[in-house]
Amino acid sequence: MASFESSIDLKMPQAGHGGGSAPPLVGGGDNDNHGDGGLPDYNGRLRRARLGIAVALPTFIMVFIAMTSALVVRRGLPTFDDRTATYVRDWLQVTLPLPLLLINTLILLLSTVTMELARRQITRQAALAPVRTIPGVSLGEERHFPWMGATVVLGLGFLVGQWLAWNELSDSGFRISTSPSSSFFYLLTGMHALHLVGGVVALLYAGATSLLQRPVEARRIVVDVTAWYWHFVALLWLYIFALLWFVR
Amino acid sequence: MGLALLALIWLITFVSTYFFVAKTWWLLPGASALAPIIDRQFNTTYIIMGVVFVAAQVSLGLFAWMYRDRGTATKVNYSHGNTTMEIVWTSLTAVLFIGLNLVGSPIWAAERFAPAAPDSVKVEVTGMQFAWYFRYPGKDEKYGATDPKLMDPSSGNEAAIGLDTSDAASKDDVVTGTMFIPVNRQVDLTLKAVDVIHSFFVPAFRFKQDAVPGLAIHMHFTPTALGDYEIACAELCGLGHYKMHGMVKVVSQADFDSWLAAREAEKQ
Amino acid sequence: MATHAPIHAHAAPQGFIRKYVFSLDHKVIGVQYYFLALVAVFVGMFLSLLMRIHLIWPTASIPFFGDIKPETYLTLLTMHGTIMVFFVLTTAPQSGFGNYFLPIQIGAPDMAFPVLNMLSFWTTFVAFVVMIAAFFVTGGAPLHGWTGYAPLSALPSAGPGEQLGADLWITSIAIFCVASLMGALNFITTILDLRAKGMKLMRMPLTCWAWFVTAILGLLAFGVLLSAGILLLLDRNLGTSFYVPLVVVNGQIMGHKGGSPLLWQHLFWFFGHPEVYIAILPGMGVASQLLSTFSRKPIFGYRAMVYAILAIGILGFVVWGHHMFMSGMSPYSAFAFSVMTMAIGVPSAIKTFNWLGTMYRGRIRFQSPMLYAIGFVSLFVSGGLSGPFLAQPTLDIQLHDTYFVVGHFHLIMGVAAIFGMFAGTAYWFPKMFGRMMNETWARVHFFITLAGTYAIFMPMHYLGMAGQTRRYSQFTEVAYQTKLIPLQTFMTYAAFVTIGAQLIFVINLFWSMKKGAKAGDNPWESTTLEWTIPSPPPHDNFGGHIPVVNHGPYEYSVPGAPRDYVMQTDPPMAGVHPS
Repeated sequence: MASFESSIDLKMPQAGHGGGSAPPLVGGGDNDNHGDGGLPDYNGRLRRARLGIAVALPTFIMVFIAMTSALVVRRGLPTFDDRTATYVRDWLQVTLPLPLLLINTLILLLSTVTMELARRQITRQAALAPVRTIPGVSLGEERHFPWMGATVVLGLGFLVGQWLAWNELSDSGFRISTSPSSSFFYLLTGMHALHLVGGVVALLYAGATSLLQRPVEARRIVVDVTAWYWHFVALLWLYIFALLWFVR
Repeated sequence: MGLALLALIWLITFVSTYFFVAKTWWLLPGASALAPIIDRQFNTTYIIMGVVFVAAQVSLGLFAWMYRDRGTATKVNYSHGNTTMEIVWTSLTAVLFIGLNLVGSPIWAAERFAPAAPDSVKVEVTGMQFAWYFRYPGKDEKYGATDPKLMDPSSGNEAAIGLDTSDAASKDDVVTGTMFIPVNRQVDLTLKAVDVIHSFFVPAFRFKQDAVPGLAIHMHFTPTALGDYEIACAELCGLGHYKMHGMVKVVSQADFDSWLAAREAEKQ
Repeated sequence: MATHAPIHAHAAPQGFIRKYVFSLDHKVIGVQYYFLALVAVFVGMFLSLLMRIHLIWPTASIPFFGDIKPETYLTLLTMHGTIMVFFVLTTAPQSGFGNYFLPIQIGAPDMAFPVLNMLSFWTTFVAFVVMIAAFFVTGGAPLHGWTGYAPLSALPSAGPGEQLGADLWITSIAIFCVASLMGALNFITTILDLRAKGMKLMRMPLTCWAWFVTAILGLLAFGVLLSAGILLLLDRNLGTSFYVPLVVVNGQIMGHKGGSPLLWQHLFWFFGHPEVYIAILPGMGVASQLLSTFSRKPIFGYRAMVYAILAIGILGFVVWGHHMFMSGMSPYSAFAFSVMTMAIGVPSAIKTFNWLGTMYRGRIRFQSPMLYAIGFVSLFVSGGLSGPFLAQPTLDIQLHDTYFVVGHFHLIMGVAAIFGMFAGTAYWFPKMFGRMMNETWARVHFFITLAGTYAIFMPMHYLGMAGQTRRYSQFTEVAYQTKLIPLQTFMTYAAFVTIGAQLIFVINLFWSMKKGAKAGDNPWESTTLEWTIPSPPPHDNFGGHIPVVNHGPYEYSVPGAPRDYVMQTDPPMAGVHPS
């Protein structure tokens, strides 16, 4: 029979009338609320968090698949014109503010680099954290480049750049309701920007947890999951940009 | 309790089946060429589904009673299933369902894949909140242009559909609020809608098609019996949906010709 | 694949707010969802009561309410459908019972992400408030039906209620989408990562399989509805033309052009069809669980049942066009959709055969959970068999947008799914509240409701065949329809009785919470993990140690076993078929 190190008061669950057997007691990790040594199981939590973000990605993808199919269909769709009694297509090609969009793309790609560096940085910190707890061991003061902060700045830079791109498009006469092609431009870039804002908020939250002195292993999970999300949002942008270009 | 369940389930089954078999409330008498064929497919589906319905519900009620717990006398069959039976009834169901569908598909093809015959009667049906208008193209067999800017529903007929009288082809177009068609000739319908989606439904013809703004949908059917047949709008179109009612009058060719001539004369 | 590592254990919360309002405990959240759905279903039923009264007495004036004008009727209809589909059928079976019992049935102390779980409930709550608010703004709630077809839903001038009310309706649905997506994420991660040792996927109760596939459906479908809603809001408020071509409303040219009403239908039904499977699958899971338990027999064909759930889930994504046979869509696609739709009837039939096979040569106990489960099977058969009519485009010509369709979906969603909820309530009430519901009143409620709902909804098939179109606020204008009014009158009286009988259920529910007989841990002698823990369960479900599973979920009447049920946690024994 296994022994328990903690003083948890065990309530033996009773089976229904008819008498049940006592539940099997298995010693070791499964039955404690902690992994080895009484520490929270950060590896398990990381795996779970990564699984969560992986499960969430199909949902974001479905939103953009729906909008893509709306775009493709709308582009080819004729509408019945009463005056000529024929079907006519009304797709007006939109002139994309290309230089701005390319700069924004570069900024976003750069931000994925800084995001990845931030992720690796905190992974190292989390790996070394147990070492720090050994009395008498010092790893010295490390200077950490604020990769996460850099990512936030770049992310905000991208959003500002998109706002400028919107202004340029609007000034050239393409507002959201001007033509279906411009509607889709604002729609897709707007939805993408919204998702990026979500990523920025997550990074700010990760920064806040640092200030609140949460354990580095817990913070690492937040940053790790945000990083994967960030990479996804960057890939999504490449897709949207290509779509808007080829289907303009 | 098992007996009570059996009684209720069987009662519900037999009462509903009675009304299905007695056809107390049934399809309106068919008045189009396709109606008997559609009705035959309907009856086939009806009988098959009816048999399945009765069999399933009767079994359910029967099992509830037969296999009630009767104390120590009841022996339970510890079984996790029977793969052979699974395969058998899955295959049978698949064959039945998909077969039923395939048997009916030539009817769909006949009505919808093929365009109208060249000598069919052309009628354009326009739906708007909350009335149907019918336009006949006249001797030139061409519908004149319409213009949204000219639409004025309160004036009815030509103005309601925005007929552009400056177009030469419009001169002989006749617009009415009641649809007249000659019997035994195919009708080439063009369905349009001006504001929201409506649906042109004539139950006696086994005919239904949504009228969608932005589209001009071609559909055809052939009326085979003289009479007056009601049109009911079959797509929610606003507060007047329930009274978006119209009438199709199927008359002889001669009566149709004279009616059309009278309408054209009125326009002068 | 599961990580057996438990989540960060949180101690039992103190204080009313942490315990009952912003609780992270999946059990509390499940009950919150359940009660939200209970409020919603009574709102929805009240709306339908007004509808049934108006149909028979169009000029009647309702006390406190006033006259019901034709547009008011359409508003009642729209909100009835919307509230029932979203806040009842998508909420209670999945988020209510699923939240409460999924973790327990797989041997987990909570959901994978408890904070997200709490947020998903409160987001759903906000969505409900926004939806109800639509009644109270200028113009009132929308009248475009729960399906919200454009251009009617896209043009504020197309009808009363289509101004702010419609915007609130769309916004509420969008918020609901986000809440559902959060919930789906939680369910899927929990099943993949938190199963206890020995709880292989093929040992999960069928309720868990149903919640799993339902969550996957939601994950993939709600994003599309969200997109559809965003496009509709843009068309309504920013002048875009996704859905609206050049139209003229009452002589006024609207400022749109080139849009496609069919685009809305495609996006909506791509969501809408999986949605109806989201509404019914959990009920199927509950029916399987209960038929097995109360027949004292393993479920007939566990594997086939799992494959059938998966098949329904997958096929559910390729049949949406069967809602659009008459829409102006290509007749060739109609043919393709119709074949797939007939195909999806096959797994449903398999499940029905297997339910009957489970009862066959069983030893049936007729406590109320079993009565509701048997009722579920009967209703599912009745509602399902009108499907093959509608699946054939040739026959759909006559039946589309008639009461035949209304009868079809009400029998399945409006009654069978609800019976799944009654069954789940009767079965799990003892576990949730530590007391038994009153059995006599439950039986009275069951019999009246089964007879009553058949009396309301079976006649709809006759009406549909006779050509009675749906969403008509009265039947006085079309001659062939006035003949059908007597049958409608019968249905209204049946509705009075049936709706009244629901009070029995509600009174039983609340009375039993306080005064019901105390329940033991396993009053039904059932085998799944929730019956190994106290009623009600402790805060962390398993009292400190996670169970180890040795058996499949439905080991009843095992030859040579000491009792006629083997708990999933009982030690391995001979005589049990391997799982």
